[in-house]
Amino acid sequence: MFTAKIKVTLRKTILDPQGKTIEHSLHSMGYDKISYTRIGKYIEMKIDVNSIEEATVIVNESCKRLLSNPVMEDYEFEIIQNGAA
Amino acid sequence: MNAKVGVVVFPGSNCDHDAYYAFKEIIKTDTKFLWHKDGSIGDRNIIILPGGFSYGDYLRCGAISRFSNIMQDVVRFANNGGIVIGICNGFQILCESGLLPGTLMRNVDLKFICKTVSLKVENNKSIFTSNYGIKEDINIPIAHGDGNYFCDEDTLTDLISNNRILFRYNDNPNGSIYDIAGIQNEKRNVLGMMPHPERVSDSTLGSTDGLKLLRGVAESVL
Repeated sequence: MFTAKIKVTLRKTILDPQGKTIEHSLHSMGYDKISYTRIGKYIEMKIDVNSIEEATVIVNESCKRLLSNPVMEDYEFEIIQNGAA
Repeated sequence: MNAKVGVVVFPGSNCDHDAYYAFKEIIKTDTKFLWHKDGSIGDRNIIILPGGFSYGDYLRCGAISRFSNIMQDVVRFANNGGIVIGICNGFQILCESGLLPGTLMRNVDLKFICKTVSLKVENNKSIFTSNYGIKEDINIPIAHGDGNYFCDEDTLTDLISNNRILFRYNDNPNGSIYDIAGIQNEKRNVLGMMPHPERVSDSTLGSTDGLKLLRGVAESVL
């Protein structure tokens, strides 16, 4: 059993109005060193296969086909073997 | 009239009855609902993907609907030249399913916008816009939070040079690239648009600017 931790983010060239709004708020709170605030999605799931290679294939396909939209989003993930320290 | 309209109902569709009413009661053509779990569109020759919040807009608008049973057959139908119209959430589903290019992002001001907007008919040589004049201004309501059309530059060039943009906003409400409100596919049998023509189809509600589109499509089926 493996756990996948997936991050889906808007592509860097795409304006992120939510990120901008939050950044304005942070600036008005005094955190004026913050810049380039971006909002994304975090998805976690368990995958019942025997090897990390199989898990990687499944997660990659899931990201490409459903979890992200390549027109506007990028994704990255890490896969952890459950029970490992 | 030989049009046989199928209005797809997803969990969360909320403009399905409006579209059904416009075709069935005003245009008076054979119209049926199609449930999202159905595996086939049956004998329908015009498919409407209505507005709403299919699958709660979870993940991304239209992302989950595109994998529903009925959509597999709608994609097959569209690829064979069948007429498909996606309105609002339906437009989002068409983009997610790859039948139309690009995507619809959050409105640039982050607000859900519900109001009547002025559109320009950019191309009236399509089965969808043949009842309009070229560059005619029409008023059709929008009601969406994610209507900000986006595509890459190559796609935009293709949309413009091949006359695939049918409607543009006169006063861009949502940040859409090139003021795009509605586009057709390369084969010209699939239309996606954010404004709601079905909401301006009954003269008792003050306007029939949208009826021209729906009637034109129904009459295009010989």
